[in-house]
Amino acid sequence: MQNAVPLSWYLILSAILFALGVAGFIFRRNIITVFMSIELMLNAVNLSFLTFSYQFKQVDGHIYSFFVMVVAAAEAAVGLAIILTVFKNRATLMIDEVSSMKY
Amino acid sequence: MNVILFLVFAAFSVFCGINLVVQTHPIASALSLIGVMGSLAVLYLLLGGEFIAAAQVIVYAGAIMVLFVFVIMLLNAGAESATFQVSRFVKYFGALLLVAFLGLISFIIQGALPRSGDVIFGAFQGGTALEVGRKLFTTYLLPFEVTSVLILIAIVGAIVLARKEV
Repeated sequence: MQNAVPLSWYLILSAILFALGVAGFIFRRNIITVFMSIELMLNAVNLSFLTFSYQFKQVDGHIYSFFVMVVAAAEAAVGLAIILTVFKNRATLMIDEVSSMKY
Repeated sequence: MNVILFLVFAAFSVFCGINLVVQTHPIASALSLIGVMGSLAVLYLLLGGEFIAAAQVIVYAGAIMVLFVFVIMLLNAGAESATFQVSRFVKYFGALLLVAFLGLISFIIQGALPRSGDVIFGAFQGGTALEVGRKLFTTYLLPFEVTSVLILIAIVGAIVLARKEV
């Protein structure tokens, strides 16, 4: 058995996780699960960053992935506060029922 | 060893990712997401990203997921009720299409990178806290400072949004 993983396997794993995140984002109705799907997509992109960072032997990909983490933290804080406010005003977490801007 | 570690943790992360999407209860989804993040941290270590792996566990699996679980508990979010029913055919055909789509993507990536390098644990030593910190405070100093302002705005925004009377 070979003792090294081809680089493309990491990229394929990243693509699979990103596609799963997109599927969850589209098909889930619970706003918190939708939010967690976004986090899954961010994680998948981070894996791509680190893979390319390994390929080019540069540390820049690690920095980008660090910034993605920071932005995800900020996004989680504000997004969950928005979810709290929506729940306080509407008493629901289903995105189908929060549709007053739709028509 | 590299291959075994990669396959085990890649399979675990994909399993947890699927579990995240198919579970109806938000707590189950949150635990699956923690599984994804933990196994991705191991893969980061294999890629030589020691600092990012530690930050992944501390920031993502620690801080952000605690925030998620806290909100789920606070809102007492139960299982998702099926607001719209899809037929069994649509469900299975959709899953089949997703698998086909992933196969196509894998084929394209494999075809685009036929002679990409191999990942060997320990071959790239540039991901230590020393290297990352040096780059972060020299080349990327301005983005770093902008990020701190972003975090400050996010804190203030979260407090304003979650205040008693909005």
